[in-house]
Formats: sequence, C-alpha cells, structure tokens
Amino acid sequence: MNSPVKTQGIPTKEEWRRTLAERQGEELLKKLEKAVVAVCGLGGLGSNIAIALARAGVGRLILLDFDKVDISNLHRQQYKAFQVGCYKTEALAENLKEISPYTEVKYYTGKVTEKNCRELLREADIICEAFDAAEEKAMLVNAVLELFPEKYLVAASGMAGLGPANTIRTRQVTEKFCLCGDGVSDVADGMGLVASRVMLCAAHQAHAVLRILAGEKKLEE
Amino acid sequence: MVKINGTLVDAAGKTLTEYLVSTSYDPKRIAVERNGEIIPKAQYDSTVLREEDTVEVVSFVGGG
Repeated sequence: MNSPVKTQGIPTKEEWRRTLAERQGEELLKKLEKAVVAVCGLGGLGSNIAIALARAGVGRLILLDFDKVDISNLHRQQYKAFQVGCYKTEALAENLKEISPYTEVKYYTGKVTEKNCRELLREADIICEAFDAAEEKAMLVNAVLELFPEKYLVAASGMAGLGPANTIRTRQVTEKFCLCGDGVSDVADGMGLVASRVMLCAAHQAHAVLRILAGEKKLEE
Repeated sequence: MVKINGTLVDAAGKTLTEYLVSTSYDPKRIAVERNGEIIPKAQYDSTVLREEDTVEVVSFVGGG
C-alpha cells in the first residue's frame, strides 16, 4: 500500500493536509487551519505549546519573546545546542519550519507589555500565557482579560519541581479563561523546572487550545 | 457574605483593596474576577464587594 507521505524529502502541502484530515477529520482540521494562536513566552511552556499546536494543524501561530536561547534552557526547552545565543523567536520559527513546514509562523522579538499587547495580540483568536515570572503572568492575564474579553486565554501557574504529574490540571476559571498547572509549585522554592513536568503543563495548555478550537465549552470535564 | 475562591467570607461592604490587604495575596501577582468579569487593577480601590458576589482571586507563581 502506498503511504501518502513520502519516506524521503518533505511531503507536499497536499499530502500533509490529506494525512491530517484522515486522522482528525475534515471538519476539525478546517477549524484548526483558520485559527490564529498567540504564544507569549517561548520557554519550557511556550516552545512545547507551539510545537504541539503546529503538529496538530493549527494554521497560524504568533510567537512572542524578547530573550535569546541560553545553555541553561536546553534541559527543558525545544531548542538545539547550536541555537544557543539565537533569539528564541527566530530559533523556534526555524525548528517549526522543520517540524511542520506549512504552519504559518509570525513572530515578535521584544517584551510584551500592557502598552503593546493590544496591537501584538489583536489578530489572535486564542492567547497562551507562557511567561516565566509571576508578575509578568499576572500583567498579561489582566491585560488580555481587560482588552480582549471576546478572546480565549489559556494561562499557566505552578509546574516547577519534581512533584507528581497528576497534580497538573486544567481549571476553567471563567468561560474564556483557563488556567493550567498545580497552582502552587513556584520556581523560586526549589530545584527549578524539570522538562517532563513543564511539558505536562504545556500539553495541558495546548490541549485546552485544541478543545476550544473544536468547539468544546466545558474545558475541565 | 461574599463567595471568594469557593469559601464564604464576611467581606461585603469592603473594597477589594481592603479585602486583599487582609490576606497574603501579592497584588502584583494576581488577577481578580467578580461574577465572571475581570476587575481592572485601577479599580481595586473603588470596587466594593457586595452580598452574594462570587469572586475568584487567581494567584500566579513563577515558572514557565
């Protein structure tokens, strides 16, 4: 039997799309393809969220981060050793191009602030908060909830350390605001972040995005 | 009584700022919703909690 995906070289856009459609159905794929998702912060959460969404077939991603890849990021973030010193936006856009070449990726290299987020996030249907510092998380969540009550927001709090995997969960705070994590494990308290637990939280966030795009209203159940 | 994060609290008549200073929340690390709507930071001082309000204080810790 001939596989629609060639074993060598990059599959064509048509092959790629057909394969996704066979897996998840034309109806869901269409919803994903027309979606625009912003990922604010491209660390352990954001880099994993972006890759999961690109693989799933989300049409457009907006990546936002001011920082460069540091050697201390490599134990949990989706960058490669040779990318140390590169801007995370550029490095992740490059990695996404290799992983999922037909995902449209736009990026902004700079700080996201209360002042510029109205313009930066205007096009997004769903916004993922994936910052590191608690104050920055709160700033973005407050700004998005105030400026864009019509948009969905998927934020994260509490995923540091080697605590149990099963305490990472998705909570629907209001109709359009989801919060993932265990709510309490602060990076300042212990050993810092561990790839597997950060990825769990990122997976919760990416999964919440996909469920929202699929039209699911009850995001906890 | 005001329902705050699922618990009934005797806070009706207090401003949101007055309530928050009586707790251990760090105002720079929270977002507050009342009856499903965000309360802008600039309105914490002037927002008076009412009987039967449902308030959710979302508090963030670092890491990401």
